[in-house]
Amino acid sequence: MPSVSNRPRTQFATLSRILHWLMAAMLLSMLFIGAAMVSSLSAYHRLLAIHRPLGIAILVLAVARALNRQLTELPPFPVSMSSLERRIASVSEKLLYTLMFALPLVGWSMLSAGGYPVVMCGAFHLPPILPPSPLMYTVLREAHTVLAYTLFVTFLGHLSAILFHTFIVRDGILRRMLWRR
Amino acid sequence: MSIGSNSIASRSAPLSASSRTARLGLIALILGAVVAAFAFAGGLLRPEALTPSKMIDAFERANGEHAGFRRNHAKGVGISGYFESNGKGAALSKAFVFRVGRYPVIGRFAIAGGKPAGTDTPSSVRSMALLIKLPNGEEWRTGMNDIPVFGVSTPQAFYEQLLASAPDPKTGKPDPAKVSAFLSKFPSAAKASQLIRSEPKAPSFETDTFNSLNSFRFTNDAGAVQAVRWSMVPSKVPSNTPSAAPAGPNYSFDALIGAVHLQPVEWHLDIVLAQPGDPLDDATVPWPADRPRVDVGTLRIDHVESEDTSSARDINFDPLVLPDGIGPSDDPLLSARSAAYSESFTRREGEHKTPSAVSTTSGVQ
Repeated sequence: MPSVSNRPRTQFATLSRILHWLMAAMLLSMLFIGAAMVSSLSAYHRLLAIHRPLGIAILVLAVARALNRQLTELPPFPVSMSSLERRIASVSEKLLYTLMFALPLVGWSMLSAGGYPVVMCGAFHLPPILPPSPLMYTVLREAHTVLAYTLFVTFLGHLSAILFHTFIVRDGILRRMLWRR
Repeated sequence: MSIGSNSIASRSAPLSASSRTARLGLIALILGAVVAAFAFAGGLLRPEALTPSKMIDAFERANGEHAGFRRNHAKGVGISGYFESNGKGAALSKAFVFRVGRYPVIGRFAIAGGKPAGTDTPSSVRSMALLIKLPNGEEWRTGMNDIPVFGVSTPQAFYEQLLASAPDPKTGKPDPAKVSAFLSKFPSAAKASQLIRSEPKAPSFETDTFNSLNSFRFTNDAGAVQAVRWSMVPSKVPSNTPSAAPAGPNYSFDALIGAVHLQPVEWHLDIVLAQPGDPLDDATVPWPADRPRVDVGTLRIDHVESEDTSSARDINFDPLVLPDGIGPSDDPLLSARSAAYSESFTRREGEHKTPSAVSTTSGVQ
């Protein structure tokens, strides 16, 4: 792994890159597990058993990532990005961070409001964070779906921008998040 | 902005028009593949796949739509009491519920079927659903029926049975031709149906035996796994069993309410141990009658309450909410029950509630 140099960054810090790719894989898996789970009778239980602890792991990592984001220096945007593009990138980054927190928290609240035990693994489970409430359950269950679709669409936007910069603009923007220089 | 190094700042040579088009096409392809994969995962590209939503739609078609009620076992009452474990189950499972002690229970007695104001009949399938609260915060939820085996072995068979038994718009009754076509397509369902009809039926909730039907796996402290089914067996079968002659549309609930008001009603939880070769993935097949049974404790129901006020109304008695030490078998009905119950729960929790038929006609507060 590259060591930190004194020159201005051209890449994200190593921990930032690790967190980015780890969480990218986790979040994308969660979206697919969630979509498959609610539409499958046979796989529902097995997928739900993964969905809950994976969601809480994402919440924990989101905290670590937000702290890391505050504490590390970022590489500058490439000069090829217009100010509008930079603004869109900043807003979508904030949106992605918000969703990384919101989706697991809404999921946890939703299970609490529905009166379900929040089972993680074996006998380990989390306490409820809301009292049982049919109304809250209904609202949060719907919100969980809406937020998940929002995450998927935001991810598509993020992916489109990277693909466009990589294949059309060819400004090497992806290298900021890779290990190869 | 100053850039310390290399290629990030450098612009590449312009792309030819054809190369640009090809690259845009590649991008569109990648994005399209991601969207298609997501749609596939969500079942959008598999219209023939049986989903929880389709299953619950089938219940609504078969029974009519009854906002606020469970889509199956719609007519019921809330109960509460406790389960007193005698400790004998601890050798079989490390689940907290089998340690000696008393654990509070919330539950529900109901009649199978999706009509919340249906009429009780002597042949109605009765059910007992329980939520046992454990001191470490875990829960054991179980839904049991008073039939010896389940009517079908797969979710697909269950779905086709619902479709076959939906009332014909002309007669208002199931089409016998469809029912017999279903039974010949699913021989295990035909066999199960015979077995269910041949079993003598208890006259009332309080004298009834309730069976898990599906198989589960117990794991004990040493890690040993034992496949099981279980039954709630009534402690006392009254010598003068009440007449099964229906006296009103809610007669079986009225009798239950009367019995619990008189004195607490008890059941024993019998764990039935599978032997090698016993089917674990087919709830239509009974296990031989000589399988060892372990009485692990007593369920005591001392309170019965209308669903209008009971917290049982807003509990999903998902049979896969299990404490550590009890796990599912390979029975495909288990995950399907869990998924369909969840869909039914989500729909009814968002609907306006109307009073339960049992409370209005029996006057139970």
